[in-house]
Amino acid sequence: MAASLRALRRRIRSTQSTKKIFSAQELIAGARIVRAQARVEASKPYAREITRVLSALASSASLDHPLLTERQNPQRAAVLVITSDRGFAGSYNVNVLRRTEELLSLLRKEGKEPVLYVVGRKGETYYSFRDREMAETFTGFSEQPGYEDAQKVGSSLIDVFTAGEDDEDGGAGADGIFGVDELHIVYTEFRSLLSQVPVAKRMAPLEVEEVEEFDYEREDRERGAAGDSGVPTSYEFEPSAEGLLDALLPKYVTTRIYAAMLEAAASESASRRRAMKSASDNAEELAKNLSRQANQARQAEITQEISEIVGGSDALVSAGSGD
Amino acid sequence: MATLQVELVAVERKIWSGEATMVIARTTEGELGVLPGHAPLLGELAGGGVVTIRTESGDDVVVAAHGGFLSVTESGVSILAETAEIAGEIDVERAREALRRAEGNGDDPEALEAARRAQSRLRAAGESA
Repeated sequence: MAASLRALRRRIRSTQSTKKIFSAQELIAGARIVRAQARVEASKPYAREITRVLSALASSASLDHPLLTERQNPQRAAVLVITSDRGFAGSYNVNVLRRTEELLSLLRKEGKEPVLYVVGRKGETYYSFRDREMAETFTGFSEQPGYEDAQKVGSSLIDVFTAGEDDEDGGAGADGIFGVDELHIVYTEFRSLLSQVPVAKRMAPLEVEEVEEFDYEREDRERGAAGDSGVPTSYEFEPSAEGLLDALLPKYVTTRIYAAMLEAAASESASRRRAMKSASDNAEELAKNLSRQANQARQAEITQEISEIVGGSDALVSAGSGD
Repeated sequence: MATLQVELVAVERKIWSGEATMVIARTTEGELGVLPGHAPLLGELAGGGVVTIRTESGDDVVVAAHGGFLSVTESGVSILAETAEIAGEIDVERAREALRRAEGNGDDPEALEAARRAQSRLRAAGESA
């Protein structure tokens, strides 16, 4: 009896100390969500402006840039997966990876061979455990991605995409590099604190995506002076429109990757907070049950001791009176 | 007096926005001054460049803007930069240090980029580069 009481007390102590870890993680993740959301907000003006400039350019320039044209016979498609570096985030990584598997099998069905690019240690482990080949991995920044990180990822994706332009059937083209013909990205979209959804999007060949279409138009109206809105502006270009497109499109792709990374970081923190919240709730429940059991065991022990003493003294008394 | 609505945004945050009477920038084609009523224009900013925004009160806001675009419409000017810093926030010593380090790395394209960034920061701070 005494042994089981000791075991119960040890379990209570360990449950309580893990609960402390969970609730600390919960607090940290909570603080990170706020910061991550602020960064998502801060990056929006740039995304909005670059989209505006690009759509202005798109309406004026002849669009035959390699990043915009659909390739005749796509053979390979790069898939960029954004996962987290650390675990403790509930189903966050599982969901992204499941969405990725769906995309991969879809691509295979279309006759394109997927090439994996992975951000985050969790994704890296997932694929290397399954002996799946990864073209490149990027780790160490999933919680707080900077623009330089997005640039690193973006430039290697754009390089491999450009290299895919002259590929022949089933082999590398004139440049000797077997590139890709499409770029896809899988990340977790941050809808609200309670809902984060893994999404797969195609980045290239790209369609210029309007960032918050409604706001954009309203702002145009507000900014548009004296009834000039609605008339398409004809721009002067420095240098040529084609030269500008060459410089702008890679930046646009990088901006999209950066935005995806920021959303993923916010989602990661949100799922981590949720997971840690339920973990610490569970730990508390467990500690409560265990201490009930421990109290019961303690009382049983005391009752037994008393009855032993009473029984002993009774025996002594009856032995004494028998003399 | 007519003014320009100027927005200066870097990738990670909005740097400056407000009314201005003139914007001076350098594109890959050459130096450029934008006054109210300028024809719509899209330009690529030259590497290592400095953008000067003259506000209504006549003060100059000098910004080191690296790797970006300038877009002029009827309604205003937007400047998009990959990295941008207002002159007053620039740490001259650090920029010098970065420039020295980058120049020590020779012809590596990344080092050249870093050198241009450092140069633009020094120029914006009014130092020789």
